[in-house]
Amino acid sequence: MAEIIEKFITGDEIKTDEYLVNMGPQHPSTHGVLRLLVKLEGEIVHNVEPHIGYIHSGIEKMTEALSYPQVIHLTDRMDYLSAHMNNEAVCLCIENALQVEVPERVKYIRTIFDELQRLASHQLWWCASGMDLGALTAFFYGLRDREDILDIFEETCGARLTLNYSVPGGVMFDIHPDFQRKVKEFVKKFKKKIPEYDKLLTGNIIFQNRTKGVGILSKEDAIAFGVTGPTGRASGFSCDIRKHHPYSAYPYIKFDEKLGTDGDSFMRWKLRMDEMRESLHIIEQLIDNIPEGDYGVKMKAVIKLPEGEFYQRVETARGEFGVYIISDGKKNPYRIKFRSPGFSNLFAINHIAKGWKIADLVAIMATFDLVIPDIDR
Amino acid sequence: MTNEQLIEHLSKAYPDEVALQGNQYPEITVSREILHAFMQNMKSDSNLSFDYLVCESGVDYPAFLQVVYHLESTTHKHFLVVKSNTENRETPALDSVSDIWPTAEFHEDEIFDLLGIKFNNHPHLRRLFLDETWGFPLRKDFYDDIHVVER
Repeated sequence: MAEIIEKFITGDEIKTDEYLVNMGPQHPSTHGVLRLLVKLEGEIVHNVEPHIGYIHSGIEKMTEALSYPQVIHLTDRMDYLSAHMNNEAVCLCIENALQVEVPERVKYIRTIFDELQRLASHQLWWCASGMDLGALTAFFYGLRDREDILDIFEETCGARLTLNYSVPGGVMFDIHPDFQRKVKEFVKKFKKKIPEYDKLLTGNIIFQNRTKGVGILSKEDAIAFGVTGPTGRASGFSCDIRKHHPYSAYPYIKFDEKLGTDGDSFMRWKLRMDEMRESLHIIEQLIDNIPEGDYGVKMKAVIKLPEGEFYQRVETARGEFGVYIISDGKKNPYRIKFRSPGFSNLFAINHIAKGWKIADLVAIMATFDLVIPDIDR
Repeated sequence: MTNEQLIEHLSKAYPDEVALQGNQYPEITVSREILHAFMQNMKSDSNLSFDYLVCESGVDYPAFLQVVYHLESTTHKHFLVVKSNTENRETPALDSVSDIWPTAEFHEDEIFDLLGIKFNNHPHLRRLFLDETWGFPLRKDFYDDIHVVER
């Protein structure tokens, strides 16, 4: 007995054996079927090994048997909270390959939808991460206001989540006659809501204690692990594709790329909150200036890409999304690779969660904003 | 560096490899023997400093398998596509670059899982999405006799 006790006590500290705990696949804070194999010593996290693939749907393999317009419909099943950005990425890639210039009106509509989608995604993120950390009230506030955005989507394109609004050469239908009025009303209303969220959570002392200084990701690590989006920018990694490789109507507008310095969970939180304000600012610049014209150019009934390789990057709500199409000149792609932001972001968690308590792991995961179908594809 | 300068620089430094301008980005095909040293140089050379591995994808071609690396430099803002082919389709293997860019570890896991390319010196090569009973689905000759219904 004495030997056993001696084994666990070194110096003044009492040491226990390491043990493994499965977090997920059915766990509320993993937001989907993600399984983390956590190696713990007491409450201290020693290692996190993500096991993914529970919702792997083989989208990349499926695309090889589909035509290009059909591929678009699969992309919004990946990161369903950034559905429109994913659709747009494939459309832009096809348009660049065929050297089709889309009308200005399409660019504006797409960009407004991008930003509305980003707002909707960040909305769900902030209220759900509040819930992860034990603040249930936030969840109702977030979902209530997200509903307004989904109603605007529904009116114009008939869908609330998987929009399928972008098609090669333009958008599927013109915007609803009420679209501009409703968006303006929403922006006006939503501006007053953000201080409310800040009061609810950002300024909350319990929330700050849970997140400040927790899970620090340095800028070097963010680049090395390919952590993009608001998560990477909170560490100071300037990676906003909208700024560095502008597409659609982003070259025409003025906006700031928000950059953080600390790289901790609180900074990731604050940065997304700031991004929501910036998104409103972008929508305000565009909504009154949508040019008149066609909502798309006529494309051939069967779209065939020229032989070659095409790569398109867009900024989704979670980070850099890339579409890599290899075409052999036929009507279906030879190979499509989707570079999903969540995939790269997820594997940085092990690096930063070491040494923190298991409750802090929840805070880190919440501020990483993971969407599992985006990781598994 | 602009694309032209980048291609010129690479053709001078690596005269045996083929560097050319692709549709959008400069591309270079590197033989698998020098792949690891080449990648190390891409990151450490202060004129290039490709510190961000954007995307790593595996592609199946009739005679060989290929791994495509999309690299970006966060300081110089230039972009490069590096390709490397395996010797054959039966025992495909390439050197791992996970010691240069940590993110490559998981991209290589994915490529191993879906295409069956082995990566030498990889710290922990495992199947990421699928279990051991599967073949390598992203290969063109993959046939799934359980889930595909013939009409």
